[in-house]
Amino acid sequence: MQTPLLEMRSITKTFPGVKALDDVTLTVREGEIHAICGENGAGKSTLMKVLSGVYPVGQYDGEVHYAGHLAAFHDIAESEAEGVIIIHQELALVPLLSIAENLFLGNEVQKNGVVNWPETYRRTESLLQKVGLKDAPTTLVDKLGVGKQQLVEIAKALAKDVRLLILDEPTAALSEADSQALLDLMLELKAQGVTQIIISHKLNEVRRVADTVTVIRDGQTVSSFGVSDGITEDRIVRDMVGRSMENRYPPRERRTGEMLMEIEDWTVHHPEQADRRVIHGVDLNVRAGEVIGIAGLMGAGRTELAMSVFGGSWGQGISGQVRMRGKTADTSTVGRAIAAGLAYVTEDRKSLGLVLDEEIRRNVTLTNLPKVANGPVLNHNEETRVADGYRGSLNIRTPSVFQKVVNLSGGNQQKVVLAKWLFAEPEVLILDEPTRGIDVGAKFEIYGLINDLAAAGKGVVMISSELPELLGMCDRIYVMNEGAFVGELGAAEASQERIMSLIVTE
Amino acid sequence: MTFAGQTQTKSAEDPKTGIGAYLSAHLREYGLLFALIAIMAFFQIVTSGTLLRPINLTNLLLQNSYIIIMALGMLIVIVAGHIDLSVGSVMGFVGALAAVMIVRWDQSLALTAVVCIGTGALIGAAQGYWIAYWSIPSFIVTLAGMLVFRGLSLWLLGGESVGPFPREFQSIASGFVPDVLPGGAAMAELFGLRNFNMLSFAIGLCAAGLVVWSGLGKRAQNRKYGIEDEPQAFFVARIGIVALALVFVFFKLSTFRGLPNVMITMGILTVIYAFVTEQTVLGRRVYALGGNRKAAKLSGIKTERLTFLAFVNMGALAAIAGLVFAARLNSATPKAGFALELDVIAAVFIGGASMSGGVGKIVGAVVGAFLMGVLNNGMGIMGVGIDYQQMIKGLVLLAAVIFDVYNKQKG
Repeated sequence: MQTPLLEMRSITKTFPGVKALDDVTLTVREGEIHAICGENGAGKSTLMKVLSGVYPVGQYDGEVHYAGHLAAFHDIAESEAEGVIIIHQELALVPLLSIAENLFLGNEVQKNGVVNWPETYRRTESLLQKVGLKDAPTTLVDKLGVGKQQLVEIAKALAKDVRLLILDEPTAALSEADSQALLDLMLELKAQGVTQIIISHKLNEVRRVADTVTVIRDGQTVSSFGVSDGITEDRIVRDMVGRSMENRYPPRERRTGEMLMEIEDWTVHHPEQADRRVIHGVDLNVRAGEVIGIAGLMGAGRTELAMSVFGGSWGQGISGQVRMRGKTADTSTVGRAIAAGLAYVTEDRKSLGLVLDEEIRRNVTLTNLPKVANGPVLNHNEETRVADGYRGSLNIRTPSVFQKVVNLSGGNQQKVVLAKWLFAEPEVLILDEPTRGIDVGAKFEIYGLINDLAAAGKGVVMISSELPELLGMCDRIYVMNEGAFVGELGAAEASQERIMSLIVTE
Repeated sequence: MTFAGQTQTKSAEDPKTGIGAYLSAHLREYGLLFALIAIMAFFQIVTSGTLLRPINLTNLLLQNSYIIIMALGMLIVIVAGHIDLSVGSVMGFVGALAAVMIVRWDQSLALTAVVCIGTGALIGAAQGYWIAYWSIPSFIVTLAGMLVFRGLSLWLLGGESVGPFPREFQSIASGFVPDVLPGGAAMAELFGLRNFNMLSFAIGLCAAGLVVWSGLGKRAQNRKYGIEDEPQAFFVARIGIVALALVFVFFKLSTFRGLPNVMITMGILTVIYAFVTEQTVLGRRVYALGGNRKAAKLSGIKTERLTFLAFVNMGALAAIAGLVFAARLNSATPKAGFALELDVIAAVFIGGASMSGGVGKIVGAVVGAFLMGVLNNGMGIMGVGIDYQQMIKGLVLLAAVIFDVYNKQKG
């Protein structure tokens, strides 16, 4: 057996008071795709930071062997020079520069400081071809969707003669189709001899592309095995969470009541181009105790639909009707939408959902401050009591509600956003990608919470790019494509294949 | 009024405990307090005691009153994530308006005050409208305002100084609250002084009592929730120093002419604004707006209206400052308030506010303004040239902000 391309031996990394990594071992063979799985906070990102030199040699214990020698990277530049390139979850592209400028940023095709543009464009075109992107090299990155931006990141890595490519949750923000394209590209790069490490929560993807899987839990390597050994997703999940997870979607007694919300003929135009219609006459309804889903590709208009209903927060020239319990409701401002009994839990919790630098308790009460105030004066005790109640009932893991939200993990941040909207006492909750970027354990808790809401007679509208999640949770699923509903499926008749075929055949 | 703000619990896994860890986590709050004390001690020594003489102390308060009044509004504007460069010009313009109304047009003081403050609010509204509802950067709008109102005061005054004001108007800034309490003479005799203002001293004692009382209350409440981490010794020292300083300052004032009228205005405004920012729904919403405008908007907060109101408020406070300034100078000049906006903004940042919004306290801004004031006054007494004064003030501002950023990175 040949020597592995990468061997991380007994890596231990401590932060003041916490052992983030404890004797972790990772072996990656030349030319394979190696998946690293683990819950959020398990230590995956820390391990990759050790590898790429973000934590320089000397700040951790253990040895990193790369390409046959002991690697001692002091910073990212050193690891990149040897072909180790990380693509982070949060993409690092400059939006107002062109694709070509981004590809060669810091690595410009130049002579004495003067850029050779013809050569830059020529090389850009060949790189774009490799990743299957047909846009012109002069296109601003700003104009590309997240899926294409991800491809630009990969092209950028290729421009640097990548030998070991590390992808940190590359499909987290991608639609089903974009994800598939990305996974195909990974397989193609593998055929060209690029060794890859993928960090992912999505086990079906891991199974599809990875040759080897290493599971990390609480800073320790739990297991490492070849995918060809007939590994099941349940086995990986069990290793990740340290317990068996028979049912990934908790069961719910389905009992739907009266009609809560009806949306009729909802039409929305683009905020900058008034004549461009984005949502085309959508009809939607949800009953008490019902969980409905909206499936669709990235850019299908699901978030735009939800935000335009919620106080006209997206778009202009909005027309259509919203009825709550049969009565016409005014949802033209966020305040009125909340008063009408609507809540919208954003997909982008960091920039739209939370005030990160504020305490948990101050975030929770933001939607309904008068409820913790006597007239205009806040009652801090009551506020703390309320927030502490949600900390208990939603199982937000934190020493106290005086902790700043920025210090919480993704799953706990999501729970704070949910707490904030529960505090507004809505009748209908629109949850936009409620489990994006959070770990398996927290996902399960959020599913349980959604079931509790339905059991309490609320209506839940769930937008998700993960079809299994919609299939596992929803009573009914609307399928959306290009701004219109192209189908509606009951729980019994819905399947991934039917949903995809509705999208594709439209 | 306390200097250490809401205590922030350190994460559970943090092994550092005890005084060292606590101090490093709250360096900023104590730092500001101790910087003020250190600077005062320094100038007290190098000016051989002139700094804390009753007459100079009174002067110090009068000199900085208008800065502090504007710093209250500026803190809110900065917490909301904006900036107002026009306040110096607006202050000058309102002073000019007051002078023209009283001296040239012979209007009553009451009418003048109402019109002036209304004009200030209107100016704030005019600027806030573009900032809030048209999303034009506040830097640009208020930079334009700075030029416009500078020009307007020149035009209004016809390029010359207008004054003097009647006695009653001057008393806004240079008057003193008459002593209505008995016992002043006895105290004067006791301390061997020419006169003693009992009212001033009594108010000082009350203020000190209030600081101790509210400090104890807050501590008891934090204890109840198990989040109090300030060591007992620190608490006692901090509250003790603030209370003693208040008693000391008011005692000194009592031995001169008592409480300046403007100090009452300043004190009441400070208490009101501290209360509004920390204890009310409105204040909380401003912090949320500055912390994350989009999230605040999606939480049902009327972010545009709040931004608009922050500027209306700023304009009104700039107008009050304008009246105080004109009364103190006893005339309105075309140059009044020139570059003053920079002192106000500097005070707010020295006081711990963050340029990106969402962070900052009223008390911090007031202490920041005092710190700048003591620097000005102390260097003035020492005869330091205006050239060195500017350089030193600039470096102090830079140091304070670097200290902030360093603290944040370390934490």
